[in-house]
Amino acid sequence: MTEKELMIIGAGPAGLSAAKVALEAGCGVTIVDRNKYPGGQLAKQTHKFFGSEKQYAKTRGFDIAGILKSNLGKYHDKLDILTDTTAVGLYKDHVLTTLSNEEYRKYHAQAYIMATGASEKFLAFENNDLPGIFGAGAVQTLMNLYGVLPGKEVVMVGSGNIGLIVTYQLMQAGVTVKAILEAAPTIGGYKVHAAKIARLGVPIYVSTTIKKAIGDKELEKVVTVSLDESWKEIPGTEKEIYCDTLTIAVGLSPLHQLMSMAGVKMKYVKELGGLVPLLDKRLETSMDNVFACGDVSGIEEASSAMAEGALAGLFAAENLGYRHPDFDKLVADFEKQLQDLRQGPSGTKIRRGLERLGERS
Amino acid sequence: MRLKKHPILDVTEKRKIDFYFDGRPMSGKEGDTIAAALHASGIKVLSKSIKDGRNRGLYCAIGNCGSCHMTVDGIPNVKTCITELKDGMVVESQKGLGRLE
Repeated sequence: MTEKELMIIGAGPAGLSAAKVALEAGCGVTIVDRNKYPGGQLAKQTHKFFGSEKQYAKTRGFDIAGILKSNLGKYHDKLDILTDTTAVGLYKDHVLTTLSNEEYRKYHAQAYIMATGASEKFLAFENNDLPGIFGAGAVQTLMNLYGVLPGKEVVMVGSGNIGLIVTYQLMQAGVTVKAILEAAPTIGGYKVHAAKIARLGVPIYVSTTIKKAIGDKELEKVVTVSLDESWKEIPGTEKEIYCDTLTIAVGLSPLHQLMSMAGVKMKYVKELGGLVPLLDKRLETSMDNVFACGDVSGIEEASSAMAEGALAGLFAAENLGYRHPDFDKLVADFEKQLQDLRQGPSGTKIRRGLERLGERS
Repeated sequence: MRLKKHPILDVTEKRKIDFYFDGRPMSGKEGDTIAAALHASGIKVLSKSIKDGRNRGLYCAIGNCGSCHMTVDGIPNVKTCITELKDGMVVESQKGLGRLE
C-alpha cells in the first residue's frame, strides 16, 4: 500500500483546478484518471466557452485543458499524475484501489477529492441497443479526439446545449444532421446555439420523441412520435427517418459509484442529475477528508466545475495543514464566481437542486 | 470514415498501425483507441449482449458503460473505447461474459 497526502480522482476541469491550488499551498498531490491524457471532457470541446474571463471564456475547450495542465507544470516534484489508471474502489478506511495495465494497486491518502464527473443518460425505447446509437458525447469523442466520423446521417435526441453544440460540430465535420428531436414543447439550450442550427437548415421538432429504432445488424432508421401536453404519445403521428446514427443528448448523471461504495451519505436530486453526495460548506462529504466537486456533486458547466474544484483544493489542503497563502481571498473569489455562474434563468435548475440538497449554503 | 478537413481540428495523416480483427488484417492510425480504429473501418458491432446475444456497439466512449468490451490479445472485457491501439494487436468480438483462462 502506498501512502499519499492528497489524491484527486479525475483529471477534468474540477480535478485539475483543485490540484493547482493544493500544490500552490504546498500539498503533495496525486491525480488518478482512466484516460490517457488529463483534461477530462474538455479535451474534446472544440467550441469557445461562455462565462467570464476567469473561467477562460472565448477560449476553446481543448485549449482550456492545455492551460489547466500547464498550470501544474512547475510543481512536478510534488505532483504525480497517474493516467490510464482507473480508480475501482474507495473504502471506509480511506483506502483507494486502482487498476492500471492489468495491475491492481492500493493507496491510502490523508484526503481525497472526488472529481469523477458524469456520464451520459440513456433513454428507454425499442431497440435502443442497436450499434449506431451513441451518447452525444461519445460522437464528440470519436470526431474531435480521433478524427473518426460516427456515420453519414444523424438524428439527435435532445435540444439542450450538448445536443445543439454536438449537432453543430457534426456539421462542421461534414456529417448530415437530419433532425433534432425535443420531447419538451420548447428548445432546451441557449437560443444563440439554436439559432445557429436553424440557420444551417436542421429542423428541430419539439414535443417529439423517439419511439423505436429499426435495423437488422446496425441502425437503419428511427420512428419518431409527437407528444401531447402531458407527454403522452399521440397515435398516428409516427414518422420514419432514415439514419445510420442516433445520438442521445438527454442529460448527464453524476459518477457517484466510488462515494456510494465507501458509504458517503448521498441523496437523489433530480435537478442535480441524480445521486449526489451531501456536502458541507467546505465541500466535504459525510466521510472525513473526502471532498467532492464538479459534475459528480451536481451537473453544471465546466466553468463552475473549475471554481468548485479550486474551492475543494483549498479546503482539502487546509485540512492537511497546508493553508494557501491567499486562502481567504481565493475562497471569497471562487465562491463569488460560483454565485455569479448560478445566477439568472440558466442557473434556476442548479439553484433549486442545491436548495433541495439542503446542506450547502 | 475519417475526417478529411476541418475548420478547427488538425487532420494531418498519422502513422499506420496494423492489427487483427476477428482474424482479418486491419489498420488504424497512431493515437487511435481500438474502438475508434474499428469505427474508422466501418466496424460498428463490437460485442454480443450476455443474455440474448444482441449486437452491441460503442456507446459512451469514455470507459464507463461497458458496451464496447472486447477480447484483446486473449484478455476479455477490455474497454476498447479507452484502450490505445498497438501494432499487431489481436482484437476479437466478445461473446458472453469472458472468462479467466
